[in-house]
Amino acid sequence: MMQTITCECGHSNPYGTSLCQACGKPLTQDVEVLSSMRYEGSARRSQTYNKTFVDHVWNFFSSVKVGVWLIVIILVAAAIGTIFPQETFIPPNVDPATHYESEYGTLGLIYYLLGFHNLYGSWWFIILLGMLGLSIIVASLDRGIPLYKALKQQRVTRHDQFMKNQRLFSVSKDVEMEEVKYTLESLRYKVREENGNIFAEKGRFSRWGAYVNHVGLIIFLTGAMLRFFPGMYVDDILWVREGEKASIPGTATDEGQYYLENNEFILEMYDKEEKKFNSALSSVDGEVAKNYQSNVTLYKTKPDHTVGEDPELVKVKDGEIRVNEPFKFDSFALYQTDFKLNEFYKMSFELEEKESGKKFGKLTVDLHDPKQEYDLGNGYKVKIEEYFPNFILDEQNEPSTVNNLPDNPAFVFSMYSPETPKGEKAFVGIQKNIESGENQFKMSFAGIETKDLTALTVRKDHTLWIIALGGLIFMIGVTQGLYWNYRRIWIKQNQDEVWAAAHTNKNWYGLKKDVEFLSNKTSLIPLEEKE
Amino acid sequence: MKKKRLWFRSALLAILVLAIGYTIYNSIYEESGTYISKGDSAPNFVLTDLDGNQVELEDYRGKGVFLNFWGTWCKPCEREMPFMQRQYEKYKEQGVEILAVNVSETNVSVKNFADRYRLSFPIPLDKQREVTKAYGIGPIPTTILIDKNGKVVDRTSDSLSEEKIISFMEKIKP
Repeated sequence: MMQTITCECGHSNPYGTSLCQACGKPLTQDVEVLSSMRYEGSARRSQTYNKTFVDHVWNFFSSVKVGVWLIVIILVAAAIGTIFPQETFIPPNVDPATHYESEYGTLGLIYYLLGFHNLYGSWWFIILLGMLGLSIIVASLDRGIPLYKALKQQRVTRHDQFMKNQRLFSVSKDVEMEEVKYTLESLRYKVREENGNIFAEKGRFSRWGAYVNHVGLIIFLTGAMLRFFPGMYVDDILWVREGEKASIPGTATDEGQYYLENNEFILEMYDKEEKKFNSALSSVDGEVAKNYQSNVTLYKTKPDHTVGEDPELVKVKDGEIRVNEPFKFDSFALYQTDFKLNEFYKMSFELEEKESGKKFGKLTVDLHDPKQEYDLGNGYKVKIEEYFPNFILDEQNEPSTVNNLPDNPAFVFSMYSPETPKGEKAFVGIQKNIESGENQFKMSFAGIETKDLTALTVRKDHTLWIIALGGLIFMIGVTQGLYWNYRRIWIKQNQDEVWAAAHTNKNWYGLKKDVEFLSNKTSLIPLEEKE
Repeated sequence: MKKKRLWFRSALLAILVLAIGYTIYNSIYEESGTYISKGDSAPNFVLTDLDGNQVELEDYRGKGVFLNFWGTWCKPCEREMPFMQRQYEKYKEQGVEILAVNVSETNVSVKNFADRYRLSFPIPLDKQREVTKAYGIGPIPTTILIDKNGKVVDRTSDSLSEEKIISFMEKIKP
């Protein structure tokens, strides 16, 4: 059996209680009544005994000090996480392991090794959040339950010592109790009577604000945690060229994989000449965007689609994506996020005899799929010996390519004609034409076609409503605790005297107005603040 | 009463530890996308190679597969290619295949490259990067070693020396 303390009023209190939960009498000599009022002098459950390992862990997390330290540590970690960019924001196709070191030196390497580059996903940050969640739950249970019990068990008649030690107190004579009761009720207090004594209370529910708030936080953290669970959350990016199809990341299921075709990307600007916008736009340099839009078609593969194989696509639907107007299917949404205009797509050249300027046919090179050889007829042909989509001279001064994007295309062509059957070589790039020796022919530039790319965010979020609900409950709790307060007034008949005491958990000004009103309306001596 | 409280506390702590543990497990798993590593079974794929043949990973069951992801513009990839070609010729009879998946480049670039280094192993072309994504490939070159049962034995993003390639071949030799 647990040890209990029985008060002289007959109530039996749990071990560790400082004020009797029924009459409020201090149970030990050294109890400070007023400061014990925060939790009604009830025993924090953790402080009662320290036995098993589980209890030790529990007591650790029950401490508000520990909770505050956890918050501080999390805040500091989150702040450090903003010093260098997060992994999401570093260029794609670079290895984070080397990127942070090469970009930011030793500090960058440490940053990376400690997981600050992907803070919200790093194991120790998740552990910290988990510990904070545990601290919130344990601390709330340890305080909330005893507080609830104490407030529920409180009696009308309070011990003299409890009354005398309240911040607001007075002693009167000849008081009409009915009048007091009536006045308190007119102030919308809930009044209880016992042996001619009165206990009036108002706004008890505001004491639950902190606990409601904590429930909201726990729901919020649970929602955040669920984002890591499979199938709950997708946040990815998809680049698609006009006229091309791409598989949508994160959308593969047993029923197949979704593909998206970009039919057209549209960028519209406001017309400065137009009267309607004229005055508003006159102060702006350059153009102002009016619309970013992707016209797309959604496809789905057969269920037995193997990764990489040419998909057998079935059209699902067409759609238009604008900023803030996503394209939705199943539980996915595609948002317009970014674009790239005028990526080189096709380059045209003409085979030209240098001296005469005569042309012997035109060829168009698809920069994403060039042919090896272009036959121009009549014995004229052009071969591509080398293709550099994004031309650069490497460390050995050899022509090379940075990557596979055709941002700066360059070629080594071999030109064949009946007069030059062995072929003549030339290096041709943008504004570059280098010949190997003295050539009879050259490739003259004859135009370029471009394409736009659209970037879409692929988003699926089954956790948002949980997070929103948590946030709502959190706010309800905050409101409950901040805009209301728990006011209590005790009136006790002591032989021929009438003792009055009052307490509130906050807003003493409001309570003082209430007792002032009460003493004005009745013969009660005004309650005075103790020094 | 005391016992009940201990049970309650233990249960609550256990639930929280499990929830946090599972979250961390998922975060590590998710961070790498579908990061295929040691011990996983290698996801099947079908790609067209440079010669126009369909290459399906499952067809190589019973053989060791040296699965290499590369690009012509990547210097470390270029360095290891001649070593791979030489060892391919030695280990082909011993049941080890090389599949050198090119990451989204044009046939012309890849063909010129393959001709220059006289590469004879199949070069599947991953134009849509689907296989690259399915294997969670970040930087290239990345080499994945698959044994005769389709299990991943090792994965590395190092530029390989010839000795390293030999030791890899020995590892997956059936």
